[in-house]
Amino acid sequence: MNSKKIPGLYIHIPFCLSKCPYCDFYSSTSISAAPDFLNGLSKEMEMYRHQFNPIDTVYIGGGTPSLLSPEQLENILTKVRKNFDLIADAEITIEANPADLNQSFLESMREIGINRINIGAQSFDEKVLGFLGRRHSVKEAISAVEAPRKAGFENIGLDLIYGVPGQGIGVWLNTLKQGIAFSPEHLSCYQLTLEPKTPLGRRWQAGEFSAPGEELQYEFFMKTSEFLEEAGYIHYEVSNFARGMEHASKHNQKYWDHSPFLGLGPSAHSFHGNQRWWNHRSFDQYLASINAGNLPVQETETLTIEQLRLEALYLGLRTKKGISLQDFKKQYHSDLLSGKKKIFKKLEEAGFIAIRDGYLYPTPTGLAIADTLSLI
Amino acid sequence: MKNIRNFSIIAHIDHGKSTLADRLIQYTGMVDERNFKDQILDNMDIERERGITIKSQAIALPYHAEDGEEYVLNLIDTPGHVDFSYEVSRSLASCEGVLLLIDAAQGVQAQTIANLYLAMENNLEIIPVINKIDLPTADVDRVIEQIDSELGLDAFSALKCSAKEGIGIEEILEAIVKRIPPPKGNPEGPLAALIFDAQYDPFRGTVIHCRVFDGTVKPGDFIRLMFNQEAYKVEEVGRFLLAREKRDRISAGEVGYIFAGVKTVSDVHIGDTITLDERPCDKPLPGFKEFKPVVFSSIYPIAPEDYEDLAVALEKYLLNDAAFVYQKDSSIALGQGFRCGFLGLLHLEIVQERVEREYDLSIILSVPSVRYRFTLKDGSVMFVDNPAHYPNPLSIEKGEEPYIRAMLLFPERYLGSVMKLCMEKRGENSKLGYLGPGRIELMYEMPLAEVIYDFYDRFKSITQGYGSFDYEVLDYRESTLVLVDILVNGEKVDALSQIAHRDQARPRALRACERLKEEIPRQMFKIAIQGAIGGEIIARTTISSFRKDVTAKCYGGDITRKRKLLEKQKKGKKRMKTIGSVSIPQSAFLAVLKSDTDN
Repeated sequence: MNSKKIPGLYIHIPFCLSKCPYCDFYSSTSISAAPDFLNGLSKEMEMYRHQFNPIDTVYIGGGTPSLLSPEQLENILTKVRKNFDLIADAEITIEANPADLNQSFLESMREIGINRINIGAQSFDEKVLGFLGRRHSVKEAISAVEAPRKAGFENIGLDLIYGVPGQGIGVWLNTLKQGIAFSPEHLSCYQLTLEPKTPLGRRWQAGEFSAPGEELQYEFFMKTSEFLEEAGYIHYEVSNFARGMEHASKHNQKYWDHSPFLGLGPSAHSFHGNQRWWNHRSFDQYLASINAGNLPVQETETLTIEQLRLEALYLGLRTKKGISLQDFKKQYHSDLLSGKKKIFKKLEEAGFIAIRDGYLYPTPTGLAIADTLSLI
Repeated sequence: MKNIRNFSIIAHIDHGKSTLADRLIQYTGMVDERNFKDQILDNMDIERERGITIKSQAIALPYHAEDGEEYVLNLIDTPGHVDFSYEVSRSLASCEGVLLLIDAAQGVQAQTIANLYLAMENNLEIIPVINKIDLPTADVDRVIEQIDSELGLDAFSALKCSAKEGIGIEEILEAIVKRIPPPKGNPEGPLAALIFDAQYDPFRGTVIHCRVFDGTVKPGDFIRLMFNQEAYKVEEVGRFLLAREKRDRISAGEVGYIFAGVKTVSDVHIGDTITLDERPCDKPLPGFKEFKPVVFSSIYPIAPEDYEDLAVALEKYLLNDAAFVYQKDSSIALGQGFRCGFLGLLHLEIVQERVEREYDLSIILSVPSVRYRFTLKDGSVMFVDNPAHYPNPLSIEKGEEPYIRAMLLFPERYLGSVMKLCMEKRGENSKLGYLGPGRIELMYEMPLAEVIYDFYDRFKSITQGYGSFDYEVLDYRESTLVLVDILVNGEKVDALSQIAHRDQARPRALRACERLKEEIPRQMFKIAIQGAIGGEIIARTTISSFRKDVTAKCYGGDITRKRKLLEKQKKGKKRMKTIGSVSIPQSAFLAVLKSDTDN
């Protein structure tokens, strides 16, 4: 399984200067622990040495990787090259907070081999940024987006959030307009998810504000798709848009087509074959495990063929490309269409999916209900 | 025989019948405090939860009376719901007297009166007992006044007690000895024993509960059940203590049990007479009636693969419930199932609950129906209790439905709203009487179908719980009937079809549509729910489709989380019925059956 699929590497940098109230990713604000972390990370890489080879994508996410110094980041990449066969033109991405992006930092990034930058701009509206509790201003967001280009980056991605309470569709489209004015190669537009365990989620549950209803969410979703497609971007995944498929995130696509990936750092997830495992979420446990000479794995799950099929279905239906019927049959030993022709026909007539050239894929309205589509 | 007393306790629901029974058992030393479990006679969980007695029970209480004599007091507990009034009547026929228990706070209620009539029909000695005198809301004087004016009994003979607090128990036991006559009968005569209950014992087969009026029965005798003329060899006889106690014989005047190798309880008919095969009595004891189910519904498993399990569950259930009948049935929408007959809606609910609980099955019930009578144009007559068998409307000459006489007791202030409800339920020939100052007794003749629909719940809510209700089945009367179908996206859901009076068709269809709308989750497609008579649409609602559900982010850790969520949803979907391409949860079927006041 996955014989032709090349693995990717994800590195989780668990530090933030401040926690955004909507975010439920793992991070800590004690950046002073960075040297200990880097030390642990390096040991973790050695434990997996040559096990995921070759590797053609590296994604440094978080947390806030841009909090690390260029030297620290260089150190990480050196260790990556030492422990894994990183192919020559690998996609190496870093996530960055707009507030951290100065010219010299960016130039250093280029020098150490990072060729893709994903900027957490989130919005170009002051009110929305305030609501989201971001530590950067609109002005900083704008200069952050301009800067990488000047530093020579040719693959720039913007992260934006919509469906924020109080944000009308007009405000959102304005943000989008400002976003594409910089001609980023990639845009990730995430609908705000109010996670119950986050400060924002708790405020929502306490009734402090109301979230957009389903109809409005749908409108946001469709308007975003139409607007960006109109502007020349391909809506290649539920929340992702690329100016040509060559600019689609190679790394992220691995998550959706069951390619193997290795996740390093606290809370990072990995997948290989029919196994998925994840690291301790807490930084201390992560480090303690590594320092005791063990993999910092909290849990491993072995997926049954049915679970793999379900994943392949719902992940595949998140993408414009959809699911190759032939590959599906080969990998999961089951004909996706068999016994379901009638319902697929109905879904096709209703305009949710299309079956063409050996692929089953969702239309934009189908993408909006991809989760339910996968339950057929 | 002179030291035997056979008695029963009769009461309106919640007036404390089971508590008093427990107290009598405790007082006569059958159980010590330590082993005392509340409401010993209510064996089933369901009985305890609902606070009603479903099955009859009997127990022999040894009592050393003031007169220095030892007595055996046979207490025959009776079911406490109108669905089981025939069983009550047979239990009463086995006694010489009753304790008529009345709640000191609530006073005389409909079942008090209905039970009193039953006791009178059986010429029983009636001892009025006012219970719950310890309650702050108790109004003993008012109840004494009601006993005199509403029941026409000697109010001075009434006893006062608090079964809960154990007050007045000895006086009751003494009254049983002194006032209830000892049984009469000839132990040497031909055997005549009345069956008042039959229960299933997994090791021994059916245990027949009976009252011997004449003669004697002992192991080795060949007995004959007079209704179906079957003969059985007696294996064991005995009487009821807390457990069964084997004896060498039971004779005239006694209450006891018989094992005679009878396989299922349905081979035994409550009210039937047992006699000896060789020396039969002249004629059966009076009052026998065959069980007739009045409410019908089909049971289907949610998962078609559970059909066999359901079949086994019903077969087992039947062993212990002679009043339950069923046969195979199939539905286009719901697949293989069973058409079942019940004594009433409560009986239906009990069967549903026990099958779900004891056999761990998820089932769907079709809309309950009464048994209609149709005269066709060719002169033939057919009975229809299943909407699926509704005759071609063009072939119907005349439709008829069963009517009942409802007896309603309630405070005068609710008269207007109760009458309005009765009219709405097509009540006719009303008779109004005053039981006492401010207390109304209202009789109405109305279709049984209306009563099983939601009459009782609405009556209770209108009278804020102060109303009580009882009924008896009368006869068939002509009616304008139609078949109402429910369609989901154009597909008929046959389990939701119902036969209704023309005037009720539209409101019922509308309500069913609205209920379904509340219970069916929104799906990928718009869902049209319609009520129809033949091709004519009489009600309609729409469930809009949902537009967006996809998770925004799906990377490393989100994948497992999302998969688990989808797996859960998939499992939930398996527990729904797919009709057309619409998934309908069990709750939707149940919601259609439920009445408006249930929430």
